[in-house]
Amino acid sequence: MLYLISLLCGVLFGLGLIVSGMINPAKVLNFLDVTGQWDPTLGLVFMGALAVAMPLYQWGLRRHSQPVAAEDFKVPKGRSVTLSLIGGSALFGIGWGLAGFCPGPGITSLASLLPGSIVFVIGLFAGAIAYRFLLAR
Amino acid sequence: MTYTMTEFTPWSGLVGGALIGLSSGLLLLLIGRIAGISGIASGLMSTNVREMGWRAAFIAGLLLAALLFPWFSGQPLPVDIQADLPTMAIGGLLVGFGTRMASGCTAGHGISGLSRLSFRSLAATATFFATAMITVFVVRAG
Repeated sequence: MLYLISLLCGVLFGLGLIVSGMINPAKVLNFLDVTGQWDPTLGLVFMGALAVAMPLYQWGLRRHSQPVAAEDFKVPKGRSVTLSLIGGSALFGIGWGLAGFCPGPGITSLASLLPGSIVFVIGLFAGAIAYRFLLAR
Repeated sequence: MTYTMTEFTPWSGLVGGALIGLSSGLLLLLIGRIAGISGIASGLMSTNVREMGWRAAFIAGLLLAALLFPWFSGQPLPVDIQADLPTMAIGGLLVGFGTRMASGCTAGHGISGLSRLSFRSLAATATFFATAMITVFVVRAG
């Protein structure tokens, strides 16, 4: 059941990325290009996503002690703004601005079998492994 | 250098965004997990079978959506990559390293985190949007 729900949520998430245009680096980069040929679409993608997710999260976390089909909510507990939060986010933003992909669209676009997608996803995992390795030392 | 122009598509943006938000909300309400793609992807390298399983299923769902979409809509996946391969590889490395260091990406901090009203996620989201915009500005000015 856990796996089936997760699979269906993945399909829904992927369709959202495709329909919204978030999967398209040209569109993402034009959203980030505020001083140039600005395409405001991704602002609306965020608004649409938050308009649905925020009430569901607030209702779920405030009114319920556990999810429908699992024992507990696995929600991050950290509260402090740390150097690694800001530094990591800054590096992520640079990569996002270079490639036009963040993790979800990059992975979803693998289905296109475009060389750029494949190379991005290999980099994505290599970067994650590199961080884990660095942290373990 | 000129870059591909894209059209402002407010309705498909809102509808697609709502689907992303619905997926994120349902994942939390039904199985209590956060829809953060960077965490889900790196969690594939977990040794705990149950924790790896739901993540693998979610990633399979993403790919299934990308395979189903062209079949149902009769249109190819709208993916127009702008950068050359070395830039895509460096971009991927920075995204992979940075999102693990910051424990979240556009989905985990930008949607789930903001939906939980987390100040940490707000700081992360403001930071990656800022550096992404600066990066595009520098790349396109150069």
